[in-house]
Amino acid sequence: MTVEQIVSETKDQFPIGMRVLAVDDDPTCLLLLETLLRRCQYHVTTTSQAITALKMLRENKNKFDLVISDVHMPDMDGFKLLELVGLEMDLPVIMLSANGDTKLVMKGITHGACDYLLKPVRIEELKNIWQHVVRRKKFDRKVRSNSDSQDKPHADSGEAAGIGKADNNVKINKKRKDQNEDEDEDLDENGHDNDDPSAQKKPRVVWSVELHRKFVAAVNQLGIEKAVPKKILELMNVEKLTRENVASHLQKFRLYLKRISCVANQQANMAAAVGTADSSYLRMGSLNGLGNFHALSGTDQLHNAAFRSFPPSGVLGRLNTPAGLGIRGLPSPGTIQLGHVQNSGHSSNDQSKLQSFIPGNHNTNILQGMPMSLDLDQLQNNKGVSHIGELPAANSTAVFPVSGSLIDSRIAGFSNNPLLGVTSNSLMLEGSSQQANLHASNLRDGVSAVGFQNGNTLSNFASIDPVSSQLRDSKADLQGQAAPINCNAGPMIRSVPPQEWNAPRKDAPYQSHLMSSSVNSSIPVNGAMVQLDQCLDRNNSIFHRTMDSDSIGPLNFVDPLSIKHGEGLNSAAMEPPVIEKEGYLMYQLRPHGNHIPDNIGSLEDLASAMMK
Amino acid sequence: MERNPLRRQLQLMRKSLFDQGYLDEQFVQLEELQDDTNPNFVEEVVTLYYRDSARLVLNIEQALERKPYNFHKLDAYMHQFKGSSSSIGAKKVKAESTLFREYCKSGNGEGCMRCFQQLKKEYATLRKKLEAYFQVARQAGPMETACRPK
Repeated sequence: MTVEQIVSETKDQFPIGMRVLAVDDDPTCLLLLETLLRRCQYHVTTTSQAITALKMLRENKNKFDLVISDVHMPDMDGFKLLELVGLEMDLPVIMLSANGDTKLVMKGITHGACDYLLKPVRIEELKNIWQHVVRRKKFDRKVRSNSDSQDKPHADSGEAAGIGKADNNVKINKKRKDQNEDEDEDLDENGHDNDDPSAQKKPRVVWSVELHRKFVAAVNQLGIEKAVPKKILELMNVEKLTRENVASHLQKFRLYLKRISCVANQQANMAAAVGTADSSYLRMGSLNGLGNFHALSGTDQLHNAAFRSFPPSGVLGRLNTPAGLGIRGLPSPGTIQLGHVQNSGHSSNDQSKLQSFIPGNHNTNILQGMPMSLDLDQLQNNKGVSHIGELPAANSTAVFPVSGSLIDSRIAGFSNNPLLGVTSNSLMLEGSSQQANLHASNLRDGVSAVGFQNGNTLSNFASIDPVSSQLRDSKADLQGQAAPINCNAGPMIRSVPPQEWNAPRKDAPYQSHLMSSSVNSSIPVNGAMVQLDQCLDRNNSIFHRTMDSDSIGPLNFVDPLSIKHGEGLNSAAMEPPVIEKEGYLMYQLRPHGNHIPDNIGSLEDLASAMMK
Repeated sequence: MERNPLRRQLQLMRKSLFDQGYLDEQFVQLEELQDDTNPNFVEEVVTLYYRDSARLVLNIEQALERKPYNFHKLDAYMHQFKGSSSSIGAKKVKAESTLFREYCKSGNGEGCMRCFQQLKKEYATLRKKLEAYFQVARQAGPMETACRPK
């Protein structure tokens, strides 16, 4: 029998025979879990080490349907494993812990867990875990399936990425067995596709950075709510790309944005608290999505526009705001109107909508050197602090939480770049979380509106992913670096006034980070420095993908980032926190090829995972 | 037959363990997982628990010998210990673990120490009782898998 046949046979009895991988360092719990799972008639494999688990998963991505993992493990943090699995293998992961703190549960969710169970686990709970597998399959399937009818669902679902959409699609695709109960049929029909990628009828599309950038740009242009695969496809104008490819990618993007926005919201709050920072930091803090934008009040443009355009996930990097955006020497103080990110004039072609992030002002002020008060309107007080944070664009949800912290840290980095013009593109705002160190120092310095310049600023921030990890490293670097913002065009907010950090143009690193920051320029990064730290922390957790700063390079969303980044990116110094989210970064960044540190598990992997 | 008195004795022992608060609902879950294909499951899990948790207890003890206390570490150990203990349904032990963690969070070294002593006692007592219980269980032969009295 061929593999597919075997697989489909197994599937016929689904959920019986569902293949689960259980990971827990406590042997008692592991034995109990294994027995419970066997009792549910699942096929169980256990390991007490996260590293072993990853190895097993990487060996054969189709070997398992679901992963259950403990949160506290000695060799690797459960959340980290969770993210890696989600990104690389796109498998549903359930977290397990004796600790049911809301914060932890939230952390699990933001990292992508599809469920969070408390120990001791009961069999009743395990009896239902198969739903996560089905849901994911259907979800994917829907996206992949032909289906002209998909346009409709997509349109309808709008932002309802994820299950919601799935539901819609399911309904629409009656012939496809919309009922969840009929998994068998579904699985049969599409099981092959889902389970065995190689058996897919359509050749896989590789979402290169370039392609993703276009995608983001198209999404930004349409506005995240109105972005339907058909239109995006038209805008992108790429041969051999099908609507389904776009639909599938869009789905992932939306999910990403959603995740980011949660974080961003948190961050945003923090950022807001921070208030006006004199420094122009680009508060990349979490842009709470639209909410923030408004707060940023400023530039409307940034808002919605920015966010919209923010191609979720990808967008972040994409802020490519037109090259112009780049860190323009931040001339005027902040006013980086992120609002416009999209248009910020830069909208240059591809520039992924990041541009949108860059608030209208783009050019100017954004990166005003320090104290750039990124006045992004929103920043208002920030004076200088460009909040790269939330770039409102992107469906609010996307709010890439430019983790405030990132901003801080990043900003630091950014500031260096005169470019900062906030390259909103990449606002590396990634809040490199942890970079708290940086933040404080850097940001304070005036994270000049990172890259806001050209309006990009915020947009670039595309989810300043909590580059936290990166940030951390870069902390020190950031200061000097401020660079990451390099993004000439996009990169986020790097605009940190060069002064501060001597912007080593390392920006590149930031850039990548910025990407995620959808920095809302308005994020009052200032003051918030401290907060950012916090945010960053948050971000870190979320994004911990941090790519090493070096690796960040690639993260740059490619376009904008490519700008300058090239150099900077590798510069570890800047540690572009942006990288975080490897997974996310993937979208955008498709690293230039270098950087992607191994740690990250290669963005490529992530990217491909995402692309799948 | 002979089994009956043993079975009766077993039931009584079991009931008393529950009534006295040594075990909780989770233990019942373990019992429910025991069947023909897995006839000694409960005993296996408990044995594994005692073996593995001995290590944790030792770690905690050692940590409590070093002053000043590293509460963070102590809390982490205890978190693990608590997870294990709750998996087998060790009610009193779990309660002491929770209390210990509270003391850790508030930085109460004295409280930690006292609590830990109590915890060790409960831990040892439960072990003895369960050992006796399993001994009778083995003699009584395979238990019915019918619903167990709560």
